[in-house]
Amino acid sequence: MASIVGYGAYVPRYRIKVEEIAKIWGKEAASISSGLYVFEKSVPGMDEDTATISVEAARRAVKSAGIDPKGIEAIYVGSESHPYAVKPTATIVAEAIEATPVLTAADYEFACKAGTAGLQNCIALVDSNMIQYGMAIGTDVSQAAPGDALEYTAAAGGAAFIVGKEGIATINDTVSFTTDTPDFWRREGSPYPGHGGRFTGEPAYFKHITNAAKMLMERCGTKPSDYDYAVFHQPNGKFPSRVAKMLGFEKEQIKDSLLCPWIGNTYSGSSMVGLAAVMDVAQPDQRIIVVSYGSGAGSDAFDITVTDKIEGIQRQGIREMLEDKEYVDYGTYMKLRGEFT
Amino acid sequence: MRDVAIIGIGMTEFGELWEKSFRELVAEAGVRAIMDAGIEGEEIDAMYIGGMSSGMFVGQEHVGPLAVEVAGLEDLHIPATRVEGACASGGIALHQGYISVASGMYDIVVVGGAEKMTDVAGGSATNILASASDREWEAFFGATFPGLYALMATYHMHKYGTTPEQLASVAVKNHYNGSTNPKAQFKRKITVEDVLKSPLVADPLHLLDCSPVSDGAAAAILAPVEVAKKYTDKLVRIKASAMACDTLSLHGRERFDALPAAIHAAKKAYEKAGVGPKDIDLAEVHDCFTIAEIIAIEDLGFVERGRGGPATEEGITSLHGEIPVNTSGGLKSKGHPVGATGIAQLNEIVLQLRGEAGERQVKDAQIGLTHNVGGSGGTAVVNIMEVI
Repeated sequence: MASIVGYGAYVPRYRIKVEEIAKIWGKEAASISSGLYVFEKSVPGMDEDTATISVEAARRAVKSAGIDPKGIEAIYVGSESHPYAVKPTATIVAEAIEATPVLTAADYEFACKAGTAGLQNCIALVDSNMIQYGMAIGTDVSQAAPGDALEYTAAAGGAAFIVGKEGIATINDTVSFTTDTPDFWRREGSPYPGHGGRFTGEPAYFKHITNAAKMLMERCGTKPSDYDYAVFHQPNGKFPSRVAKMLGFEKEQIKDSLLCPWIGNTYSGSSMVGLAAVMDVAQPDQRIIVVSYGSGAGSDAFDITVTDKIEGIQRQGIREMLEDKEYVDYGTYMKLRGEFT
Repeated sequence: MRDVAIIGIGMTEFGELWEKSFRELVAEAGVRAIMDAGIEGEEIDAMYIGGMSSGMFVGQEHVGPLAVEVAGLEDLHIPATRVEGACASGGIALHQGYISVASGMYDIVVVGGAEKMTDVAGGSATNILASASDREWEAFFGATFPGLYALMATYHMHKYGTTPEQLASVAVKNHYNGSTNPKAQFKRKITVEDVLKSPLVADPLHLLDCSPVSDGAAAAILAPVEVAKKYTDKLVRIKASAMACDTLSLHGRERFDALPAAIHAAKKAYEKAGVGPKDIDLAEVHDCFTIAEIIAIEDLGFVERGRGGPATEEGITSLHGEIPVNTSGGLKSKGHPVGATGIAQLNEIVLQLRGEAGERQVKDAQIGLTHNVGGSGGTAVVNIMEVI
């Protein structure tokens, strides 16, 4: 049965506070912070993009798995901010971690859930014995138009998971819920995404996550209390807290995965960085439910059981990594984002 | 002129109705009204549909035949007219329907209003609504409706000492009323503190001083009283229907502490009906912003000029006050699909006069009034209804 054999995450060390952005636009920071439950967000350095963040996360994953990277026979990078429209990020990652040339690789896009779509592919390839190891990455240096509501949350970060057999966490089942729902989009050539405001809530995020989670629990014969940890996509701090409550999960179950209030929404990285943070603290036999969400729209849900092997690996210390941070002002933020070039 | 009665009412829920198209909203409100009246579609002689800007909101003009088609009345080729007067479009549809029945031209007339506003982003909605102001002299210079009403609020505060807390008390009252209305967009109660703590939209108006962007439709069936008796014994008559206009722009007006068009429409309606403000048992007024309700109850003569704020704070206009105002929750809590608002106000008054308003029923309501305003006061329609 397919299993996670290694994981890694990377979030750039620069941060900008909600207050700093609100000040520029004449908005009240306190009501934004409490409305979104977000205090600050990560900002990519000038030389950081989806490729470099993916490579960083991938290297950490290989190290944690303790495997020969040549054994990785598939790499999928999910993102909505691939540096090239044509030319894969996945090949850059493959070359950087020395997994080339005998592998399949591709870039995925499904708004914020392209990384978990890649994870499902790796599970399928491993379960069908087509590959020994597969790597799924979700990374973004997400875009937001200056002044848009998204600017308070659009952040940078990513996570990589290596799937093989008999690893640190068995993936018991996965299921997806997908519809054509235009809640958030970016047209070819547009620098910033557009969105439907509150339409991104009820008929989009909440509908897809609750449906995917319920379908998964029905298939697995589980209920919310059977899980030690729940990981939901985190476009802000409020939505995952609310969807957890709607499904009957307790605050305690999402506490370890909830990073958005301090790093923002890392889009394709969001639920995967959350899962990586849970892998940092999970103990053998504990059970995890992960439900991603991608606009457009769909959710992938996973039922995972941690194995004894978790005790044999070096944990990543993601929360410790997040403590090493440096605040920037709005002008520096705009420079780092490349808005002046 | 013949006496005109309302024999049927119907409306959709108001709110962010993402699953319902403009066409579906028109159909739902119309069907509900027809069923309420207990008439056959073939009995309908004409329709008047109020709509502010379906063209810009959903790209649909030519709403008359759309209403005929969804009603399945195309084979009868009945006349259906879309009327427009910004947020007063619904009130104007009622006024036109009233004239056509009273004159003897038609017997059974459908009046309605519909707007689907949530298919566009917030900024676009603000811009579309700004087309109800003077585009050349207001909107092009950056004036928005919250901005224009904020100017009126500032002037009212300066002249009469109206306070932000008094403005907030309008929203608190209307949310309380709306919390009992199953059709309302916002059914949650709020406090003065909630209003004052909500983000500032245009000083002194906070987010919770403003009515929302909404989807919805409402309809009513009119008939001459003599004919109406065939269909119902709970007769509600239109005692008076008056409409008045003013300058399109706010800056062109003679005064800023009142809406002269509303004063004028109210005066004409009271004269026609042979009643005064003291005779009104309840009213639905155009609270697009909290200041608008304060000015409205002064324009209608319910309170003295300048007393709107304190009167609201004292509870004179609350559900069990001297003159209950916006028992439905008003535009603030029930929602404000602009073209539908005037007819939705009529729906509430008819419900109340029939004694069917449930939890929010005003005791012994005999005479009710609707006050529907377009733009910053360029158009006003006042209708007075009574039980007969």
